[in-house]
This record gives sequence, structure tokens and C-alpha cells, in this order.
Amino acid sequence: MEHMGIDSGRLQFSWVSSAESTKFVDVVKEVTEAIKALGPNNTFVKSETKVA
Amino acid sequence: MIEYLEKIKQISKRLLEDGRVDMVIGFKKGTVPMMNEPCFAKSSGEVEKFVWDSNCGINLANYLTGRNEKIGIVAKGCDSRNIVTHIIENKIKREQLYIIGIPCQGMIDKRRIAAMFEREIQSVTEKEAKITVQGEDFEKTLDKESVLQSNCSICIHRNPVISDELVADPVEEQKDVDRYLDVRKIEAMTTGEKWQYFEDMLAPCIRCYACRNACPLCYCPTCFVDEHRPQWVGKSQDPTDTRTFHFLRAYHCAGRCTDCGACERACPVDIPVRQFTKKLEKDCLELFEWEAGMSLDIRPPLDTYRPDDPDDFIK
Repeated sequence: MEHMGIDSGRLQFSWVSSAESTKFVDVVKEVTEAIKALGPNNTFVKSETKVA
Repeated sequence: MIEYLEKIKQISKRLLEDGRVDMVIGFKKGTVPMMNEPCFAKSSGEVEKFVWDSNCGINLANYLTGRNEKIGIVAKGCDSRNIVTHIIENKIKREQLYIIGIPCQGMIDKRRIAAMFEREIQSVTEKEAKITVQGEDFEKTLDKESVLQSNCSICIHRNPVISDELVADPVEEQKDVDRYLDVRKIEAMTTGEKWQYFEDMLAPCIRCYACRNACPLCYCPTCFVDEHRPQWVGKSQDPTDTRTFHFLRAYHCAGRCTDCGACERACPVDIPVRQFTKKLEKDCLELFEWEAGMSLDIRPPLDTYRPDDPDDFIK
């Protein structure tokens, strides 16, 4: 994905067990903050009119 | 090359006459220069149609998927690696096959040659390492080395990795080849530049799926782009849909691509589609020390788990 020109910050992987609720919350917070900081994505998106 | 052909014919006839195989898959001359076609010979008479020259770039492993008969197949280095992949993926059984191995010296790039001349090329002949191109009022002789397909010029597995019989002694493998110069160039770009590079590269794509059809790895009964319930990807030529197709096509080849160049050869609008698969090939080599189709005994990295598999990307 990164090679093709997708911002690597938009691509996140994590391994969270169903017992690790706190880790899950932390990951969600981290990811949302990181994505908000990057702003709206302008590449690899299709406008709604085109999708219809 | 002529010696190769005589040997191919001789072996094929023997196999068919002895009933060792039901058919032999080879090449016959195409209707236009530099475009040989696959040929399925079911009798020794049909073997006479066979040809062998530097225009046999189609990957014949593509015609083995799900076959039940006993088959003799003419295989270059890359074809043989795709045959191995087919056997590993249970698309054909080793016992069904009699592999006629061709020590390959590379195939010529029909587009590069066509681009050198303004007029239509009427015939292309070769002798040793020279290619002679002829048209209505011109004739030119080229060095074969200078007009090889780009994947052939960086090939390091010219000899078949698996075969029942070779048509000639193995050729010398190319050494000190920089296989990933182009990939590193893209890796060095910024995210925006990468995006633009592929945007420009894919702009002429007409979504004909020739790259998919030519690829021996693409054998799903229904391809994801042809499904409509659910519809995974739009069928239009919207750049996002086109990119999704190319991107997923490449991903489906991860750890399986042998860089045979069939996709690029089939593209009617000259898109260097190998730029997608090559990055995956490079990653597989660097992360898993893996080259596809080299052995029947090793499972591919993407269907095995090893405790030391790289996982730095997972938080």
C-alpha cells in the first residue's frame, strides 16, 4: 500500500486479544489521533456521485 | 534455436506415439510477426506445427490449470517455476506432466522492436544472437541482447528448475544482475510522488484484463472483478477502480509471481504492470528469502507460519 502511494500513517496493524480491553482503547485512541492529524484523505477515494 | 525445435519435435512425437501423454503444449507461429501462439498437439502429425524462437514469451503453465489428461509441456525457466507453483497449489499433479525443459536465452520485446520502425514489420527472423527485422522497403539487423523483454534481461533462472528432459545443455545463468533497480527508484520517492507515478502509469488502462488472463497464477473460477454479488470493485474506468484492480491483482500474486512477464507482454497499452508485482517479489525475497516456484518441497511463505516471521508492522 505504502509503495503505491498510500500514506503509511493511514495503515495500521495491531494485535489485540479479546482480554486486552485497555490495549484496545489505547489503540483506538492512538489511531484516531494519528488519522485526525493527517486530515482528510484525498487519494484512493471515489466521490459519492460516482459510487452511485 | 533450430536445434531446440528439432529436439522439441522429436521428444513430442515420441511421447505422443508411445502414449506417454495425451497432448503436448508448445508454440506455433502466430498470424503476425513476433506473436507465437500456444499449440496443443494431440497427434504426432500436429507436432509439425511447433516452432521455437525468441517470440515464445507466453507462459504455457497458464494452460495446465485443472487439466485431467496427461500432458507434455514445453517449459522455459519461468514456465517451469510456474509449473512448480501449480503443483504446490494442487492445480495439476506432477505425475500428469512430462516437462520438456528449455534452457532459455530470453525472449524479445515485440513492442520495443515495433517502436523502432515507422512502417509495419512484416517478418522477423533470427540467427544465433541476431534478429533481422523486415518490412516493405526496409531491413535491419539487431542484437538480440539489446531487444530482450525487460524481465528476461534481468532473469537469473533461465534454466528450468524442474524437467523430465532438457532439449539442450543448460545455459549459463546471468550473474550480478540488479533485479530491483526500478523498484528502488520508486521506493526512494515521497508518498505523493509514488501516488502520481502509479496514477500516470495506469492512466491508459482500458480494464481489458489481458494481464490477468495471461497470468498462470490467475485461475480463480470467478475473478473478484467479475463478481457482482457482492461487487468488490467498480467496473468502470474510474482511476480508483482501475487502481484497485491492479493493486489487488498484484496482491493475489504475492509470493507466487515468478516475473515471467506474461502480464506485461499481454498489455495492449504498454503499461509496465510488473511494477506492482516486482515490489512484492522483492519484499518476499528480503523478508522470507523466498523466490517462487523453486522447489516442490518448500511451502510458500504466505501459507506457513514461522515464529520468526517479521512482524514489526503490528503494534
